[in-house]
Amino acid sequence: MLKELFTKKKKYATIPSEQAKQDVPEGIMTKCPKCKKIMYTKELTKNLRVCMNCNYHHPMPAHERIASLLDEGSFKEYDANMISENPLNFPDYLEKLEADRRKSKLNEAVVTGEGTINGYPLVIAVMDSRFRMGSMGSVVGEKIARAIEKAMELRVPFLIFTASGGARMQEGVLSLMQMAKTSSALKLFSEQGGLIISVMTHPTTGGVSASFASLGDYNFAEPGALIGFAGRRVIEQTVREELPEDFQTAEFLLKHGQLDAVIHRHSLKETLTNLLDIHKAGGEGEWWEN
Amino acid sequence: MVGELEFEKPLIELRKKISELKEFAKTTDVDLSAEIEKLETRLEKLENETYANLSPWDRVQIARHPNRPTTLDYIERLFTNFLECHGDRCFGDDAAIVGGVAKYHGLPVTVIGHQRGKDTKENIRRNFGMPHPEGYRKALRLMKQAEKFNRPIICFIDTKGAYPGKAAEERGQSEAIAKNLFEMAGLKVPVVCIVIGEGGSGGALALGVGNHIHMLENSTYSVISPEGAAAILWKDASQARRAAETMKITAPDLKQLGVIDEIIPEVRGGAHRNVDQQAKEIDVVLKKSLKELLQLDGEALVQHRYRKFKQIGQYTFLNEYVHVK
Repeated sequence: MLKELFTKKKKYATIPSEQAKQDVPEGIMTKCPKCKKIMYTKELTKNLRVCMNCNYHHPMPAHERIASLLDEGSFKEYDANMISENPLNFPDYLEKLEADRRKSKLNEAVVTGEGTINGYPLVIAVMDSRFRMGSMGSVVGEKIARAIEKAMELRVPFLIFTASGGARMQEGVLSLMQMAKTSSALKLFSEQGGLIISVMTHPTTGGVSASFASLGDYNFAEPGALIGFAGRRVIEQTVREELPEDFQTAEFLLKHGQLDAVIHRHSLKETLTNLLDIHKAGGEGEWWEN
Repeated sequence: MVGELEFEKPLIELRKKISELKEFAKTTDVDLSAEIEKLETRLEKLENETYANLSPWDRVQIARHPNRPTTLDYIERLFTNFLECHGDRCFGDDAAIVGGVAKYHGLPVTVIGHQRGKDTKENIRRNFGMPHPEGYRKALRLMKQAEKFNRPIICFIDTKGAYPGKAAEERGQSEAIAKNLFEMAGLKVPVVCIVIGEGGSGGALALGVGNHIHMLENSTYSVISPEGAAAILWKDASQARRAAETMKITAPDLKQLGVIDEIIPEVRGGAHRNVDQQAKEIDVVLKKSLKELLQLDGEALVQHRYRKFKQIGQYTFLNEYVHVK
């Protein structure tokens, strides 16, 4: 009996829980890039990484995002072990992937899976900018297309959080074609009546903004997120135009009719729940009886 | 000659030498025919060697040749009854994309393509073939019209990319491109896309979601221009040649990567040397494509297109994966 207790204890000790892993911060303190205020990383994380001082929305790791929205224990990840190859034999590419895998503890720049938000089932895809700037290569495209196919099969909504610098250069034209792949999958899903919700987070640019990020039945963004097709520097260099201060921010896009709403991270879960409720098929009793 | 290319220089010098010798032989009594014949054989050999071993960067030069035939050049030669249709019905008409209805060997079709200019004036009018959102929205309007009347769609791709500018961003360049990818995926008519010059990034792909994608032998199709890639990778745009080799952007590369269906052979030295002949080469492949696709019904075409793009990409699986969450 004593022995049994001992082995059990040992088992707990060798597998650190996810919570424990995430509690270990890269640095104990974080400096807000906007207001320059220094704060405890732990407190910032608890505040969903929204700056307590200036409301700046810090980038959010994919698994933190999922934990912040989905009902506890409901998440089931898809294709977690899918990884990139080096189709162009691009110098140093595999080494860079390996380094990012270590740094981010992710196998690629997107995490996909299914779960529930306040009981509403859905398929979710969350991009993570810590992995190769969230760029889209073959794996990101394939994982997203598969997730959409899953949503089609399960007949549940598809929710995507984007954070990406665009197509991944090291996979060349294969990355470009992932734009067509993911958009095509969304089209088939949409034809079936599927609900698509896109939430653009900082940054969403290039090939990602020009494909699935912009294809939601609802397109939302987080405050201050940089969203656009061409980079600011590229535009300034090619056309020598004076660009406004808020150029390509979520608020700029909202003003120009490109977004349904800009939503604060703290009210995201509530908004999504409301939307999922509105789209819920059927109800109890007839509406006029209520 | 205008637009001689870097790699053609040895050929040009040899040609010049031959004509000089011929000129000299005419004015003097010296018999140079043996000499001239020798040089001509050498020229022939050098031409064969040069054009059979084009490097990716050579092809980029041909694809960018100022006289390279454009969408309208091919429309004129491949179609009859062409009626150009303008405007996106929202904002304006973008001259960087042309489109309309026409007949292809008698078959009613919709034809759309990026349109460059061949001189500065026309290039300014057509914004160097770099579309704004209204260009893509016009293209989509014409595609939807084609679908309504059950006409096949033919797209010619020839752009450095979608225009990077303030107005383009304000009017939703991203959304316009994304919407084209999305809607093209669902078209219930055959869509054949042919890259005739430069296929630059999302701006090219926005006319590129076809059942078949073909490329002219010396055209390119890439996620970013060689200059752009060089600037990002090595912080030096002058390394474009190196980037062109690394990025795999030529027709043979894309065929090997499983992205395109057929390589359309080019006239030796490039399409600009004989536009009529080049149009005939395109005709052969286009006719075959349409004949094949017209066998499929609407739903089958949508599935065919989805499967085509779904299989593009390379990935593998880790055997042992320690689940992060």
